[in-house]
Amino acid sequence: MRALRAAVVTFVVVFLTAPLLVVLMASFNRERYLDFPVEDYSTQWYSNLVTDGQWRSAVDNSLLIGLASATLAVLIALPLAYAVHTYRPRLSPVLFGLGVLPFMLPPVISAVGMLVFWNRVGHVGKIENVIVAHGVFFSTVPLITITLGLQAIDPAVGEAATTLGAAPRQRFRTVTLPLLLPSIVTGFVAAFVLSLNEYIIAFMVAGFSVETLPIKIFNSLRYGFTPTIAAVSVVFTLLSIVALGALARFGGLERLLGADLSDR
Amino acid sequence: MTDTTETDSAAGAEPADGTDGHGDGAAGATPLADALASAGLVLDGLVKRFGPVVAVDGVSLEIPPGALVSFLGPSGCGKTTLLRMVAGLERPTAGRVVLDGRDVTRQSAHERDIGMVFQSLALFPHLDVRRNIGYPLRIKGTDRRTTTARVDELLGLVHLDGLGRRPVRKLSGGQRQRVAIARALACEPSLFLLDEPMSALDANLREALQVELRLLQQRLAITTIMVTHDQREAMTMSDVVVVMNEGRVEQAGPPLEVYRSPATAFVARFMGATNLLPAKVHSHEAVKVGGRHPVRVPASVHGKVVGADIVLSLRPGDATVIAVDDTAPADPDTIPGEVVFVRDLGTTFECFVDCGLDEPLVAAGAGRDHPPVVQGDTVAVHLPPDRCVVVAT
Amino acid sequence: MSTPAVRDPATAGATAVSPGGDGRGGDDGRERLGWGQRAILWLPVGVLAIFFLVPFGLMLATSFYVRVEGGFYEPGFVFDSWSRLFSDVYIGRTLFSLRLCLLVALLTTAVAFPFTWFLTRMRARWQVPLLVLVLGALTLSEVIVAFSWDLILGRATGITNIAVWLGLMSEPEAFTPGFWSVVAGLAYTAFPYAVLTLFPSLDRVDRELTEAAETLGATPRRTFTTVVVPLCRQALVAAFLLVFVFTLGSNIIAQVLGRPQHWTLAVVISDQATMSANVPFAAAIAMFVTLISLVVVGVVSFAGSRSWVGRDDGDDVVAGAV
Repeated sequence: MRALRAAVVTFVVVFLTAPLLVVLMASFNRERYLDFPVEDYSTQWYSNLVTDGQWRSAVDNSLLIGLASATLAVLIALPLAYAVHTYRPRLSPVLFGLGVLPFMLPPVISAVGMLVFWNRVGHVGKIENVIVAHGVFFSTVPLITITLGLQAIDPAVGEAATTLGAAPRQRFRTVTLPLLLPSIVTGFVAAFVLSLNEYIIAFMVAGFSVETLPIKIFNSLRYGFTPTIAAVSVVFTLLSIVALGALARFGGLERLLGADLSDR
Repeated sequence: MTDTTETDSAAGAEPADGTDGHGDGAAGATPLADALASAGLVLDGLVKRFGPVVAVDGVSLEIPPGALVSFLGPSGCGKTTLLRMVAGLERPTAGRVVLDGRDVTRQSAHERDIGMVFQSLALFPHLDVRRNIGYPLRIKGTDRRTTTARVDELLGLVHLDGLGRRPVRKLSGGQRQRVAIARALACEPSLFLLDEPMSALDANLREALQVELRLLQQRLAITTIMVTHDQREAMTMSDVVVVMNEGRVEQAGPPLEVYRSPATAFVARFMGATNLLPAKVHSHEAVKVGGRHPVRVPASVHGKVVGADIVLSLRPGDATVIAVDDTAPADPDTIPGEVVFVRDLGTTFECFVDCGLDEPLVAAGAGRDHPPVVQGDTVAVHLPPDRCVVVAT
Repeated sequence: MSTPAVRDPATAGATAVSPGGDGRGGDDGRERLGWGQRAILWLPVGVLAIFFLVPFGLMLATSFYVRVEGGFYEPGFVFDSWSRLFSDVYIGRTLFSLRLCLLVALLTTAVAFPFTWFLTRMRARWQVPLLVLVLGALTLSEVIVAFSWDLILGRATGITNIAVWLGLMSEPEAFTPGFWSVVAGLAYTAFPYAVLTLFPSLDRVDRELTEAAETLGATPRRTFTTVVVPLCRQALVAAFLLVFVFTLGSNIIAQVLGRPQHWTLAVVISDQATMSANVPFAAAIAMFVTLISLVVVGVVSFAGSRSWVGRDDGDDVVAGAV
């Protein structure tokens, strides 16, 4: 059993990290072609990133779309989660299901849907298309984190605030919102990372006029591999990892995974 | 002006003397308008239904200002629901809540002048002690200086000086409870409500805090309602005990009165161990316990028909076991039996005697009063007439 | 008896509905909502309805539209797109997609299951970094995953270069584009989802259960197959389904790492929508893929719930252990 465990775990670790390592190495390699052992190191591809206007604008687009759509996602998710949790309307399962549905569909299908929609509306190729599409598509993530966050609040705390004189709006502002902040941030960051990484929706909805990082990487791939792509990928991945690290610090990671913490 | 109980027992369904807000309890209805106009809390015909379930089934009470009233009863008896209706956290299906002459039934909780301590204490996890206590002041828009001064005052009141800046999760159970109390009292509310406030604490702490809380309440002279399932707690702290069962009030009155003169078998059992003895009315003055053994019982049998079946409640501490030898004449007011079990705990003892009734009769007392009997002995159990109470079943 | 004068202005004119609802129940314990609260609820629902339900409905309609030369399309009601979908070529593509996704689902789940089991039995010191690794893989863009596998399996930069360096091969070879590179890429993107789905159930398996089995004479492997697997059947099926549906919808990996013969329906969708400018057809395929996913999930869930109803899990353990 020991051997099997070692084998499986090692295999998975190697499997997961190998591609990343290769990309890392390729980004630092002076030559375009990677020989083993790697001989010459250079950071030219990284500086390329900074100087090349096209890459910079792709980064800008991605960041803008990411931040805006994450904000939109939270703006959709927060009231929905709060209303379903607090007022428990009869249609709760349906409404919550509606909130979860976008994320359940394969992205390519939502992409076609969005394409058709924006064509119909006559609003083609604009960056707002991507922002709205991502905001809606990824709203499920903050919906879930915020719902979990709401469930973790002792219901008596809200009632206590009420008995102490807080009207519903005051109570939300002074008690509920501060206690929800971690889950809101978690949802926001997750939606942000997902938006950064998303390709197909962004491409179909506005890809010819708005180039995000994934789109630019993909397009560049057609012209063959350059280490700049590798450098971009490394930076990009680091960004995601930093965001994930911030999430992990806010804790609740194990709870999100559904692990039972009572015996730890 | 209350309900349910059918007996004419002295322990009526109203709070007894000294605390009565109106008149002399003359027979018939008291002028409700009078009562409603005076200070204090009046509950008028409160009913609460959750779908088909009736949690509170018509409760009317008058709670005098400055009194500590306990709602006492087993789980599910409706006491918490009743408290929440007073707080405004539940809207009554029917009935009214009148505070200091004002009908507050339609008011939501945040508009009522109350302070409440919840079972889980419900301290705000994101605020430290000072900010928790100062919260209601902040909500009202009190300026910072006044708030700070008041919080200091409250910290002193509950003996938490110096802990102001601590985050609440770093407090012990007892400390958290004091914060909850201080917070509820911060704005000097007219009504202080507590929902099983001690349930999260361990036994020693609980007993000490009961006394402390009661002293505090007396000092502040604030009208207080406390929900508890612990009869000892209710007896320790209350001016009035309201015993509830299945959504109704079975009896309300000062603790000792309810203890000594329970109106129903339920109340008798809930307030402490008791012997419930079935008996038949023999004459105006005597009943036959178990249908066989005559015992003189005073005025409580008035109004009962001869031959009627009744139930007597007698606390184990009031029953005495007497060793018998065949030659001695039977004492009056005794019934014969055989000892089936003796529990001797040194400082106290309990004696279980089979007297031919459904259950053994229990006599208890201090160790030094231990009768010279052992298992199997034939004995006589003395039932003092003035300690036997006729209860409704 | 006169009713006392209502002196509190707050209660004057109060209606049955409390406008600033604070959770007080009506007769059935439910809240009666004021207009402000309705807005809080229906605004986000409205946004979702407009920007999700409407596009979806529009897409369904578009699959019946008429394609016009030049890449446009007009409203209409024809079955052109749908009938094309059922032509030989595309049926072939459909079958290929299903087989590919099935294979990936099997492989991924087969590795993820034991891996996650070992993961849940580890101490935090090892578990946390591994979880971080797995979740980290999740944050990678599909494009980057495709790109990195392209590198690692390619001729210029791939592992074959290591083989050459080690003397195992004479010259570097390209494994991509190819069927197995597509499989590898898909498995990579799906793996973290499988782990996440399996983790809660496997974590909840009481340590004492496996210890009990071992004291009864079962080897660790036997314990695993006769105790753990039956207990986590549902999670296993869920993970399998998740990977299947996920890879069915994956668009980029197959495009980058595979030749046109390796393209799944999802790739065809985006290709038709953009390169071939046949949006109605793309819409038809999209609806079709959605349908397949729903059917597969439905059938498996139904079959799953039927066989397990009334069956005592203890029977499995006993039958297996004997």
